Amino acid sequence: MPKVTIDGHQIEVPDGTTILQAARMIGGPIVPPAMCYYSTLKTSGGYCRTCIVKVSKGSEKDPRPMPKPVASCRTTVMDGMEVQNITSPEVVEARKGVVEFLLLNHPLDCPICDQAGECHLQDLAYEHGMAKTRYEFERRTFEKIDIGGKIKLHMTRCILCYRCVKVADQVTNSRVHGVMNRGDVAEISTYIENVIENDFSGNVIDVCPVGALTDKTFRFQSRIWNVNPMDAHRDCPKCAGKVTLWMKGDVVARVSARKDKYAEVIDWICNECRFEKKELQDWVIEGPTNIERHSVISQNHYTLKEPSHKPVLNAVDAVDSSSTSNSGN
Amino acid sequence: MGKNLLLEHDHVPGIQSYEVYRKHGGYAAVEKALKQLSPEAVVEEVKKSGLRGRGGAGFPTGMKWSFLAKPEGVARYLVCNADESEPGTFKDRYLMERIPHLLVEGMIASSFALGAKSAYIYIRGEYFYVSRILENAIDEAYANGWLGKNILGTGYDLDLYVQVGAGAYICGEETALLESLEGKRGNPRIKPPFPAIAGLYGCPTVVNNVETIAAVVPIVNMGGDEYAKIGIGKSTGTKLISASGHINKPGVYEIELGVPVEEFIYSDEYCGGIKNGKQLKAVVAGGSSVPILPAHLILKTANGEPRLMSYESLADGGFATGTMLGSGGFIVMDEDTSIVKNLWNFSRFYHHESCGQCSPCREGTGWMEKILHRILHGHGKLSDIDLLWDIQGKIEGKTICPLGDAAAWPVAAAIRHFRSEFEEYVKHPEKIKDVQHYYRLNSLSEA
Repeated sequence: MPKVTIDGHQIEVPDGTTILQAARMIGGPIVPPAMCYYSTLKTSGGYCRTCIVKVSKGSEKDPRPMPKPVASCRTTVMDGMEVQNITSPEVVEARKGVVEFLLLNHPLDCPICDQAGECHLQDLAYEHGMAKTRYEFERRTFEKIDIGGKIKLHMTRCILCYRCVKVADQVTNSRVHGVMNRGDVAEISTYIENVIENDFSGNVIDVCPVGALTDKTFRFQSRIWNVNPMDAHRDCPKCAGKVTLWMKGDVVARVSARKDKYAEVIDWICNECRFEKKELQDWVIEGPTNIERHSVISQNHYTLKEPSHKPVLNAVDAVDSSSTSNSGN
Repeated sequence: MGKNLLLEHDHVPGIQSYEVYRKHGGYAAVEKALKQLSPEAVVEEVKKSGLRGRGGAGFPTGMKWSFLAKPEGVARYLVCNADESEPGTFKDRYLMERIPHLLVEGMIASSFALGAKSAYIYIRGEYFYVSRILENAIDEAYANGWLGKNILGTGYDLDLYVQVGAGAYICGEETALLESLEGKRGNPRIKPPFPAIAGLYGCPTVVNNVETIAAVVPIVNMGGDEYAKIGIGKSTGTKLISASGHINKPGVYEIELGVPVEEFIYSDEYCGGIKNGKQLKAVVAGGSSVPILPAHLILKTANGEPRLMSYESLADGGFATGTMLGSGGFIVMDEDTSIVKNLWNFSRFYHHESCGQCSPCREGTGWMEKILHRILHGHGKLSDIDLLWDIQGKIEGKTICPLGDAAAWPVAAAIRHFRSEFEEYVKHPEKIKDVQHYYRLNSLSEA
């Protein structure tokens, strides 16, 4: 069990843990932000460079510092490693640079973007970025395209985190989209206007950190802070059926997968749950979603009130909950 | 001087063919390695020779080979990096085109040393005709029993393949090369794991430059200790230098490492001095990505010692007053050269070749190119120079692969040494709008 010190906080972690995971175990402000890393997707991370940290001591055996800042999401912890994140001015400065690069070609169309309010890039820019851009040239733009009947791809907003590519590889049974071209004109696309058609394709929407992939059944319906998230479930033959319903009054405006405090999906959900079950009677409501991630969603407008629709607990659920509580005792 | 190890038989007519190559002592290294030496002994000879990677980084080859993991029952691969795309570098093309069998021989000897049963030559797409030459050489080697099953009756099997890339600079980065070789998009991998542990198809792999592998042939022939006597200090052996720019005799030269830069530029044996009797302004010593140095710093180090063509001497003074030997792309610029224009051209290249995987390089290279374009066309601001400096600092060392560094270093060096020229462009845009520079560059008479 290697011991690692991050910004002065020491923690013992299992072998193979990355610096980012160790930092998340410690928690608090020392956790590096991540735009492309996704804990449930293998080989994700390393691209966006927002999570870079300085390793001031390599390990107990080899105490030399690492020559360059490293991506904490892809660097495994060694015993005795010492890491500087927010305590290192270089790292803070470098991260500022990364945020600037990410925003360079980003349209900053937050006022009309559906992701605004739950956008990782917004949060990142707010916390680590500069108030003004130094970029004085035309930004690159792409045409909006439909990839599949329910998903809109607005490539102009994309930051090329590769998460949706990894989802297609690891969650769905086929991948028809990927990254084409290179450099700053690289784009996510399907090869010659192919359509993404499989039961789990909708998950690319949930993993997208920006508004590049959006749910066409929810586009322009509501600002995200005007809808209330509710945990709900249904008996789905394809997926776990555990979702978050985004309610506008009594209307289900959007269905998304449940996310943890780093806004990463806990259980992948199928397209039927996501796009087709938009009636309240389709769902068993468990209660308001607890949003841990600091977010505009939980600010001001959101209150933990009882839904006007009464939760229906069916027999199966009752048995389940009693059996778990019994075994607990 | 005039030590020729690799290009010794360069002048021999028909050296491309197996018969002529064999007549001039070809494949002696394979014979020696397979019949007299063990794989470990070959690695030992390479270690003793002090050979350093000729692709640019200059990492000791023997050490790289000894890092190769050797798990039981797992294939090992040797991959030759012939994706030579650095602007100003054309030595590998020359070598492969003129003496293809030297590379094939080096591949066999090196594969034997590493215990690889399959080896690949990954060649850039633009060198398609060279790939044909190599394939011919490989066919001849198969026909004469130097490749295939049971080579020379020693029981050693080797298959050698040529794979043509699709013309992306990034595929010269070893992990991107491996991805491309596997048939995937040429994106650099995140290291660790290094290719020596998990490379091609997840198996231990060594990736070496063409010239490095070719240098294994004389090392096996003459012995590592003898080879180490050539050169100077830790820069042993000979190096192919692709000399280009405003010199009287551009071309590929094989030099013994340690030749003074001044001699290399001005002696008739090598570059033959600056064209049209002009003055030397600057030199990019090792391919477009290494820092550019003004005349006074390339000829003498900051301490006033003569600068030599060696890994150590060129790097003397760090990036503040030094540069790198790199891949040996020696670009000479005379007094009429516009550093800003040259830098814009380099930046345009890196912008075009960035793979787009990680954000600093993807966005930053394009930004730098646009700013340089603006300065070059007389719309620059004085603050642009500081902005460029800031951007390059935010790219360097923050990216997955060294392309980010390669894009940042030339910008940093040009501003470090030629800041006044940038300021001139900003302050007097009217001066640069004339076409004189263009005509001078192309030796055309002004219409």
